[in-house]
Amino acid sequence: MKYLHLVWRNLTRRKIRTIFTVLSILIAFLLYGVLMAIRAAFGMGIEVAGADRLMTIHKVSFIQPLPKSYMERIRGVEGIQEITHANWFGGIYQDPSNFIANFAVEPESWLKMYPEFELPEDQKKAWLADRAGAIVGIDTAKRFGWKVGDRVPLQGTIYRKADNSPWDFTIDGIYDSQVKGTDKTQFFFHYNYLNENRRARSFGSDQVGWYIVRVNNPAEADGLARRMDAMFANSPAETKTATEKAFVADFAKQVGDIGSIMTAIAAVVMFFILFVAGNAMAQSIRERTNELAILKTLGFTDGKVLGMVLAESALIAVLGGGLGLLIAWVLIAQGDPTGGLLPLFYFPPKDLIFGCVLVLLLGIGSGFLPAWQAGRLKIVDALRRS
Amino acid sequence: MLSQIIAVTGVNLRSLRERAGSSAVAIIGIAGVVVIFISVLSIAEGFKAAMVKAGDPQRIIVMRTGSDTEMTSGFSGDQARLIMDTPGIQRGPNGPLASAELFVIVSHPLAKTGTDANVPLRGVSSTVLQVRPEVTIVEGRMFESGRNEIVVGRAASRQFANLTVGSSVRWGENTWQVVGMFDAKGSITESELWTDARVLQPAYRRGNSYQSVFARLDSVDSFQSVKDAMTSDQRLQVTVLREQEYYAAQSRVLGTVIRTVGFIIAGLMGLGAIFGAVNTMYSAVASRTREIATLRALGFASFPVVVSVLVEAVLLSLVGGVIGGVLAYVVFDGYQTATMNWQSFSQVAFAFAVTPALLAQAMLYAIGMGLLGGLFPAWRASRMPVVTALRQL
Repeated sequence: MKYLHLVWRNLTRRKIRTIFTVLSILIAFLLYGVLMAIRAAFGMGIEVAGADRLMTIHKVSFIQPLPKSYMERIRGVEGIQEITHANWFGGIYQDPSNFIANFAVEPESWLKMYPEFELPEDQKKAWLADRAGAIVGIDTAKRFGWKVGDRVPLQGTIYRKADNSPWDFTIDGIYDSQVKGTDKTQFFFHYNYLNENRRARSFGSDQVGWYIVRVNNPAEADGLARRMDAMFANSPAETKTATEKAFVADFAKQVGDIGSIMTAIAAVVMFFILFVAGNAMAQSIRERTNELAILKTLGFTDGKVLGMVLAESALIAVLGGGLGLLIAWVLIAQGDPTGGLLPLFYFPPKDLIFGCVLVLLLGIGSGFLPAWQAGRLKIVDALRRS
Repeated sequence: MLSQIIAVTGVNLRSLRERAGSSAVAIIGIAGVVVIFISVLSIAEGFKAAMVKAGDPQRIIVMRTGSDTEMTSGFSGDQARLIMDTPGIQRGPNGPLASAELFVIVSHPLAKTGTDANVPLRGVSSTVLQVRPEVTIVEGRMFESGRNEIVVGRAASRQFANLTVGSSVRWGENTWQVVGMFDAKGSITESELWTDARVLQPAYRRGNSYQSVFARLDSVDSFQSVKDAMTSDQRLQVTVLREQEYYAAQSRVLGTVIRTVGFIIAGLMGLGAIFGAVNTMYSAVASRTREIATLRALGFASFPVVVSVLVEAVLLSLVGGVIGGVLAYVVFDGYQTATMNWQSFSQVAFAFAVTPALLAQAMLYAIGMGLLGGLFPAWRASRMPVVTALRQL
């Protein structure tokens, strides 16, 4: 540590070069953070999809409903712990551009199935008791300024009332989640609220969009999925069952290679920026080979010289990379830049850790080679080089 | 003054060769940014182009009030008949040039990954080819009314597994024969599969209902009168849109996502490239310290020196911009891809489009980066005290 001053003086001898090298590294890592957030957003939350949860949809397509009577039949299958169901409601809040994903669910079993949705106990009680109640994710509540107790009308598109008036809901609760990558923009309300209306009009009642089941043992998931589908084979509503992860993966594949194309090109450029910056750092050390020789003449050991050079390059890398990752983290924490279209915009922790590793690699990598070369030189030869 | 500017700039540019290394770094940096800028935005352009091509100014789409996509629309067969008989809609020998349609989604594997995707399957009326004259059957034949036959769009045939003419597919209880392939001039219609609406109705338990009516107008100008006639009819609750408006709205979500993401990435990388250019120009100025000082000592004013550095920076960025533009055009223009249309959750295929407007935008962006990168070093060059500069190595 007593040589810190020397390291610092070396860094400040060419201030402009140092500043711009630090800034370039900063930008590269800022870009890295943003790209990882975009990748996570296009990945549709595959990282948090439950491996012990299966989804069952209509075999022909997800827009075809399944009969509600399947619920009891599936529950009877051995190896299944819990079951719940959901309908895509597709309601519009004021204007189609205010997109929110909204679903009709069976509240009690739904919350059991998705423990990652955290809801205060009193709000949960209120929701379970309120037929026209709804809960909404904290991100959406913030976006529209909704508070518990607010009345929210959603215009039905798929499900309409007889007079085509909007459906009224009371916000009974606002859920949050500590699990990174959980969608905190969704809106859930009572399936019975929807179904009673359908029953009264004797039109399309007792149908659900899809089932979600939790299996006792994830290792048996595939076998269970096949058994469930076999139960409904050759019926008017055949099913397709797979793990939630598989569904999310298929969904992400449908979005296609757009996300991956953007991240791939930008990753190339990021590494290019790092290469140039690393080269500049290495160059500034190579220029000083004869100074390093003088240090050795004065009695500095090879190890000390190497350590000092590494400290210098690591300092640049940590300064630029650390700031870049920090700014990325702060920016990404502001949330979805598109206003609701990429609900899962967050900095995945493992990518953050990998970013830190990259910073260290850059620091050590760019300093090690020139320092090692300088260390191998005979002092006399090194001094002769100018 | 002008002659001084020309003289100093000339000296600068002639010495460029000696600074080839650092100049190349700046050029490559800017070229990289331009490639990203163009490629990302060409996705949005291509998607928009495919959507716009699908819209004909003389064609309208009629849906139920409050529906923003065909997916959530619906009306009875009687209402569809009323819509099609509205005055102002062009009539052919067999009645109005209008097609009452159903739009459903079927799960079918993608050719590339083998995983299921949402394929749009459209039930159309027999008049469909007159309503959409841009569509032509390029292989096989049109489906026959009343039979379980489908014709596939060119892009759908490419994107999805086993949808070539002559094959048959089973979805649920129904088996369909693929009898033809159609071309729609690269519009998103080519991502669809078509069959007879009357066959699709029972297959999907839709009774005698439809989701939309596409119709040709007598003329582009009769839109308002047709719209008024339909919306004032008590028996109908419908939204009437020009097809172009409809498809523009359909492309809104994806367009916004791509553009936002694209501008963030290109903006950040632009900043990175500016830092690169600053470094390059600084070392360019530093390496010519004595030269510049000599010029100043000879009586050259500082303004021509500033201009000369800026000209060099802009020139380098222009070279980078052109390289990046050509590269992006060669690699990405026409690149075929598919994604999910967020409004209907179904697959759309389209090609990246590197348009002249996009190239021009990218060039301006490159020049901007060069100017910003050169400004600071140029100012420094002009401010160097002549005596100390001359003494430098």
